[in-house]
Amino acid sequence: MTLDKISNSSKSYIVKQIKKGPLTTKLIDMGLFPGKEIRLLFKAPFGDPIAIDVQGYTLSLRREEAALISIE
Amino acid sequence: MKAALVGNPNAGKTSVFNLLTGLNQKVGNYPGITVDKKWGHFNYQGTDVELLDLPGLYSIYPKSQDEEVVFQVLRQKDHRDHPDLVIVVMDATNLERNLFLATQILDLGIPTLLIANMIDLMDKNQVGVNFEKLSELLGGVPLVPFNARTGQDLALLKSALLEVPLEVASSPHTQEFTNLEEWNTGRQEEAALGEARYKRIRQILSFCQPLTRKRSVRHQKWDQILTHPVWGYLIFLSLLALIFQTIFAWSEVPMNLIDTVFLTLSQWTQATLPTGPLTNLISQGLIPGLGGVMIFIPQIALLFGFIFILEETGYMARVVFITDRLMRPFGLNGRSIVPLISGVACAIPAVMATRTIDHWKERLITIMVVPLMSCSARLPVYTLLIALVVPDVSWGIFNLKGMVLMALYLVGFVAALLSALLFKWILKTKEKSFLVMELPDYKTPRWSNLGITMLEKCKIFVWEAGKVILAISVILWILASYGPGDQMASAIAKIPVPAEAAQQAYYQQQVKSVALEHSYIGIAGKWMEPAIKPLGYNWQIGISLITSFVAREVFVGSMATIYSVGETFENDQTLLERMSHQRNDLGKPVYTLASGISLMLFYAFAMQCMSTLAVVRRETKSWKWPLIQLLYMTALAYISALIAFNLLN
Repeated sequence: MTLDKISNSSKSYIVKQIKKGPLTTKLIDMGLFPGKEIRLLFKAPFGDPIAIDVQGYTLSLRREEAALISIE
Repeated sequence: MKAALVGNPNAGKTSVFNLLTGLNQKVGNYPGITVDKKWGHFNYQGTDVELLDLPGLYSIYPKSQDEEVVFQVLRQKDHRDHPDLVIVVMDATNLERNLFLATQILDLGIPTLLIANMIDLMDKNQVGVNFEKLSELLGGVPLVPFNARTGQDLALLKSALLEVPLEVASSPHTQEFTNLEEWNTGRQEEAALGEARYKRIRQILSFCQPLTRKRSVRHQKWDQILTHPVWGYLIFLSLLALIFQTIFAWSEVPMNLIDTVFLTLSQWTQATLPTGPLTNLISQGLIPGLGGVMIFIPQIALLFGFIFILEETGYMARVVFITDRLMRPFGLNGRSIVPLISGVACAIPAVMATRTIDHWKERLITIMVVPLMSCSARLPVYTLLIALVVPDVSWGIFNLKGMVLMALYLVGFVAALLSALLFKWILKTKEKSFLVMELPDYKTPRWSNLGITMLEKCKIFVWEAGKVILAISVILWILASYGPGDQMASAIAKIPVPAEAAQQAYYQQQVKSVALEHSYIGIAGKWMEPAIKPLGYNWQIGISLITSFVAREVFVGSMATIYSVGETFENDQTLLERMSHQRNDLGKPVYTLASGISLMLFYAFAMQCMSTLAVVRRETKSWKWPLIQLLYMTALAYISALIAFNLLN
């Protein structure tokens, strides 16, 4: 499953893999690396972008960016 | 000694910079690129330190122009700004991510001092960190826990800075950076290296950080309200309304004051210095030109004051969050909304505010379309023309004059969005747009930084755009005051000199009018009449179109001069009367609904503001973009005025 598909904000997920592309390193720089625990916090109106909790700090991503991140 | 400040955005780097250097700050450019260079000085116990404030970033591998600068300065030993020492400011409440950059810097092999900032918030969030242990695990790197909010222990920080050993034993991890010259964005190894680095950091932190931080519930409540589909936008719009109301209300007095001071100064020099062309140049060209630069300071200072508060509190990131989806179809992003709406006050601070858009194409598009938003200088032009040509009819609460004014604002906004769409399609870029952005915790702003930020923005404007504005306004003054040969003198000689003193004032107005008509600008205005006739204008309007390039509101004053009436039409209905009696060679009135609407549309779209062009040049570091802007906006203005005139006539 990818991060853009989740809508449940009470459940935590683990980052499994980040799709290779121009944004891969950017996402890793920002602390989203495989093994990291994340949780959906809230979504912007129209469901895009989304805000996630990355173990203590809040990160916002567009849906297309969230789609690069597989979670479990 | 040369030191450089590095850190993640929102880690408090600017606060540390302000604490260390106070008001001893300078802003300049890195040659050839659009990144601001900020540096300052301070002296501690006899050692002079030159401190360079590098742009905030998350990783040393550059992904934008800002980051490229940091990379080059730190990487190239022969770079003129290469520091002897790097100070890395870290957010102590989020050490894992902040150490990512910090360890990269350590691995570069430059002497480093680490600052663990925001230790006050750390206590609140109950994160206990053993900093001594952390320093030891990082290879004995000096690490100072700090609180930039209070500035407590600043002396300790300064002495730690001077004690950093300037020789570094090579770290076991430096090999990552030995072949960086061949590196390019998005290489797969980089991702793997990043993962490995985080693994290392987690290992280190497991020895010195017993607890992981929990997000405070208070912040989540705020987020729920501020990003709510209804309340979020309502709060944003009412805040904006409040901000603009305040900008208009608070800037009026200082703006009038600046106006009066320069007017008095101009009259005083005219009266005191010996009469002659040099005195005229100083008192009528140079001093009003300077006044024309200074007049923008109150609006710039206030707008950046408010933007600073929005940024510092963390609210701006939420605004970006809720508007990004709306702006994206137009090639803009959430960061464009504040500059775009600021354009309603004045395009100059608005263009300067696009700095926060880190994606170059989106930033450029925002800069290109911001001047289409109806700024406050257009209002006097609209008011005069609406009073002149729009009939005073009402349907219930709707007054036609008011509706035309509203339509003009709306038309500007729609034109801005549509032009953005056009630029999105034309401009090509390799950089991909993204919005991977930290939503920082809500904080109260550090008020001592507020003044420094406002001062900095005003300094940038006055020193960098002011020169161009001053030069153009002096040139325009010369062109409006002198004409070829003795045409002007002989035309003035033909006006009968009145015998009675009572008619002197009218005589002076006539002289001014004839002088302008026979100046270079006057001749240009007449010469361009065939070009603007299809829009319904005459040469008088042509002259005012040229003179109002200084600032749009000058249109009203020029019209008054040409029609030999008093300068302010609010107190004096004669300008309106005189204009309404103007007839063209066919005996029809010049100022009709058709020509009036055509002229208003022209002012809505045309790039009639040299100050904005000067600021765009400053922000894009080339004349290319301001020239393109001048051309496309003039073309848009001409075509829409032409269509409007022919439809209505």
